[in-house]
Formats: sequence, C-alpha cells, structure tokens
Amino acid sequence: MDLDALLGCVTSSSCLVTQTTSGLIVGMLLFMVAAGLTLIFGVLKIVNFAHGTFYMLGAYIAYSAFMFTGSYVLGVLAGGLGMAIFGVIFERVLISRVYGANVLMQLLICYAVVLICDDLVKIVWGPDFYAMGMPPAFQVPPLFIAGGVVPPFYIMLIVVALAIGGALSLLLGLTRIGKIIRAAAHNPNMVSALGINTTLLYSLVFAVGGMLAGLAGGLAAPVRSLTPGMGFSILIESFIVTVIGGMGSIGGALIAAVVLGLIRSFGTIGFPLFTEGLMYIAMIIILVFKPSGLFGKEIV
Amino acid sequence: MGRIFRDIAIGILAIAVLAAVPHLIPGKAFQDFVIRCSSMALFATSLNLLVGYTGLSSFGHGLFFGLGTYSFALLMQRTGISLPMAFIATLLINAVTAVAVGAICIRLRLIYFAFVTLAMQMLMHSIIISWVGLTGGDQGLQGGIPRRVVAGIDLGNQYNLYIFAAVVLVIGLLIMRHIVNTSFGTSLRMIRDNEARASFLGIVVWRVKLTVFVLSAVFASVGGIVMSLFVSGAYPELINWPISGDAIFAIVMGGVGSFLGPTVGTMILLLLNDVVTRQTEYYGLALGIIILAFALGLRRGLLDFITERLGGRPAGGIS
Repeated sequence: MDLDALLGCVTSSSCLVTQTTSGLIVGMLLFMVAAGLTLIFGVLKIVNFAHGTFYMLGAYIAYSAFMFTGSYVLGVLAGGLGMAIFGVIFERVLISRVYGANVLMQLLICYAVVLICDDLVKIVWGPDFYAMGMPPAFQVPPLFIAGGVVPPFYIMLIVVALAIGGALSLLLGLTRIGKIIRAAAHNPNMVSALGINTTLLYSLVFAVGGMLAGLAGGLAAPVRSLTPGMGFSILIESFIVTVIGGMGSIGGALIAAVVLGLIRSFGTIGFPLFTEGLMYIAMIIILVFKPSGLFGKEIV
Repeated sequence: MGRIFRDIAIGILAIAVLAAVPHLIPGKAFQDFVIRCSSMALFATSLNLLVGYTGLSSFGHGLFFGLGTYSFALLMQRTGISLPMAFIATLLINAVTAVAVGAICIRLRLIYFAFVTLAMQMLMHSIIISWVGLTGGDQGLQGGIPRRVVAGIDLGNQYNLYIFAAVVLVIGLLIMRHIVNTSFGTSLRMIRDNEARASFLGIVVWRVKLTVFVLSAVFASVGGIVMSLFVSGAYPELINWPISGDAIFAIVMGGVGSFLGPTVGTMILLLLNDVVTRQTEYYGLALGIIILAFALGLRRGLLDFITERLGGRPAGGIS
C-alpha cells in the first residue's frame, strides 16, 4: 500500500491526466466486451463465459488482417466481422442445445470452448507474445494536456468506443429490431407467438455480442500484447462490470466499466498488489446493498 | 440404521482394498493419484452439498479449499500446536469464515450468488498474493510442514500419508452421506426443488442454507488439509479460480444426482489430466473436446447416466 504515491498522483495534474486517460481506455475496452455480455444475458438469459475468448480471437484476427492488408481499419473490421460469424456458429452449434439448462452446464460448455480456442490460437499463431505496434497513422508525437501525456490513439479509442456504445443504444432504443430485442428480453414466448422468428433473433444477438467483443479485441491489439489466454482477465473484469452495472443494462455497463477502469489505473499506484482485490471489494459492496446491480431490474 | 452399517462396511472394505494395493503395485504413482483424488473428491463432494442437494451454484468454493491449505500450513509452521489441533483449528477458521461469507452470499439469487462467491474467492486470492509477509505472496508458503508424526505414525512417509488420505476421504464421505440422508438433507432437497413451498412448510430457508454453506466449507477445508500435507505447504494456485472450475467440472462430469458422482468425476478429471498431459502438449484442446462430448452427448454426469440406464430413480439437481 502506497497512499503517499496515490496522493502525490492525485494532486499532480500531469499524473492525474495520464492515469485518467489510461483508466478510460481500459474502461472503454471493458465496456465493449461487457456490453455484448450484458446484451446476450438480457435477451437469452445465458451467461457467455466464452466472451473473453471472442475478445482474444478478435485481437488475433485483427492482427493477422493488419499484417496482411497493412490497414488498421480493415484489421479491426475483420476482427469484428470474424467474431460476429463465430458468435452465430457458437450459438447455433453449442449454446442453442443448453437453453434453459442449469447454469453449470452452460459454464462447462463455455469452459470447453475457452480451452479449445486457447490451444487453437497456440497452434495457429504460436504460444509467444505478439505486439502489433502502433498503426502508422498514429505514430505521431503524443498530445500534452495539462502536463499529462495522452497518445492520440487513446483519444481515438475512447471516441470510437463511445460511438459504438451510442450506436448500440440507438439501435436498441429507436429501431424496430431494437424493439423486438427488448421485447424478447422481456417475454420471448409472446414475441415468438407474434410471429417473430426468435431463433434468428437469438443468433443475431450473439452476432452483435460477438462483434462488439471482436471490435474491442481489434481496438486493443495495438496497446495490449497478444497471448493465448488473454481473454480470461477481461472476462472476469467484464463480469464484474455487468454485475455492478446490472445485468442487461447497457448504460449501467458503461458507468461501471469507467469506474472499474479508473479503479485499476489509480489502484496500481496506491495498491500495486491489491488492485484486483479493490475491484472485487467494489463488486461485493454493491451487490450487498443492491443485489441487482446499480441499474439492474429487481429480479432477473 | 441398516443403511448406515452398510455404508460403514463399504467404507472399511474400500480402505482395506486401498491399503493392500501398494503391496501389489509398487511405485509411487498410484499412491500419489489416490492422495490427490482423496483431496479433490472431498472438495467436490462438499461442493455438491450446495449444487446438487440445495441448488446453490457456487463458483467460488475453492475459497475454502485454499483457505484450508493456507490455514493448516500456517498453523503448522508458525505455531507449535500438534497436527490434530491444527486440523481442528483449520476447520474452525473455515467455519467462521463461511458464516461471514455465507451471510452475505446466500440471500442472492442464482447467477448473482455464483458471481459473488467467485468474487469472494478472488478477493481472498488477492489478499494472499498481496500479504507477502504472512503467506509468501505468489511464491506460496514454502518450508514444508513440520511435526508430521502423529501417535507414532509419520505422515511424512508416502504410504502413511496415502492411508491417512484414504481414511479421511472415507470418513468424510460417510459423514456427508449421513448428512444428506437426515431430515436436514430432506430440507435441502426441498429448498432446491421449491423454495417457496419449503418456506411455507416452516423451514427457515436462510438458516438451512447458511448451515449447509458452513458444513460444505468445513469439508472443503478437509480436502485442503490433505492437499497441504501432500504438497508440503500452500500455493496461490490452490485458491485461484481454476480450482473451483475443477470441482464444478468433477461434479457435472460425475453426476450431481448421485452421492458418489463427484468422486467419480474427480477420478475422471485426474485420469484425463495425467493421461492427456503425457500424450499431448495441447491439453486444453483434448480436454475441451472430451467435455463437449460429455456435456452434449450424455447431457448429465456419468454416474447419473448409468443410474438412469439401470432404471434407477431419475436424478435430481441439474436438468
């Protein structure tokens, strides 16, 4: 524990800016993964324990597509699209067989997929760490805001993540398909009785969730090292985000993700060994006082 | 009463057979396997008291397994008390911890219960990793377990530890078996099947849930003690999340509806572990495919599947 360092950082504007931006990018990546997780849970009542794997595969696909085409934008899009397709296959082939089954059965199937994908990544890309490096367009000097160092890539990442979150809210809030998704979250049998193909809808929801995780993986690739198993820590953290924000609430996920990102970035200064512990404590406290999360419905 | 005597007779028979086997098969591999099995089977069966009998899906039961290894190893290293005293003290530490953790967790429903139990385990993991002075941090508690001679028997000896593990496993299973066959066990199943009805019939649901939570924590810590003696210390891996994953894996594979399901599942898991890691470096790939085959093919644990095939009563628990 190093409270002096933490106090020193909070009172110095350069450290404050640097830590806040690095906390925000962690938060934004978490938000994109958690938004897919919470969407899938909200509609299908399935906890997708393989969601971190979507993120990892998205990052690897984006890396390969970037190396092949030389375009970072195409790389990120390839990650998103690849995971949308993967999400549909995953839902159709495996998850659709355990709808309504005990959560442990779902956990076991997702666990199997995580194990398989981690090894497949080792076989295809090798067990070593990969570093994608900054895309050429962002190899420019960083900005200095109030003495703090802010790479332009961070700003782009925050803007893109917020734009995607905004687009998702508009999709759910204003479009016809969004209405159907929200209705299915509320009462799938009634939606089905009204003549809407819920099977197709479920695949679509998995595609959107997969795409979000894949995009997050692609966006994270330049600032994270790629390694088999990189999906696990983001899985745990995005679970904490969905649980704190309230399962099924996209807005809740955004707020919880930003809070968690900031806890992480400032926690590493004040409590270097106990940063993860802080996140678990935050989750336990919130659930004790509000068991459905900050923005969750009472009983899910 | 007949059932109890039959179970005890089977238990004594099992110990006798296990005691004889090393004289027929020389080598340490089998004994190692049984010791690890005994530790994990106690842990998995204790988790099944929650999952299979009460319908409480805990993802963080490894908290008590790991706390068992750490408290036992610390008591043996840092205090002068004897091994049996440390054994009992470890159970007490776990029971007290379980009352505190359980009081927070049991009022949460389904998936929230699962996540908060996992968060509790990971919180304890973080505390152990960061409290380097007491626990050795991520290096674990090294330095071995002293004072292993109990009543003239040296538990540092491999064969003695093997017999000890087998006896502890059999006694632990017998006690848990007895617990689920009492009226308390019936209350557990009633809460699992219909909590509201159980409550209307006068069962104080929270008290029963908290009791079974504490009991299962105590048995999990017994598994932890056996593991601590086996590895001569305590390590962060023994309280990290995959340890809970292993126990869930064991009970779902073995069968939540059969009392011995988790024990069978543990044997499957450890056998797979030993065989697959010897054959291929892609352990996850092989294990993942086997899990999928089990989960999607049988759709239930092995022992539940066999029981149903033999025309036994339909298995409860997971459906």
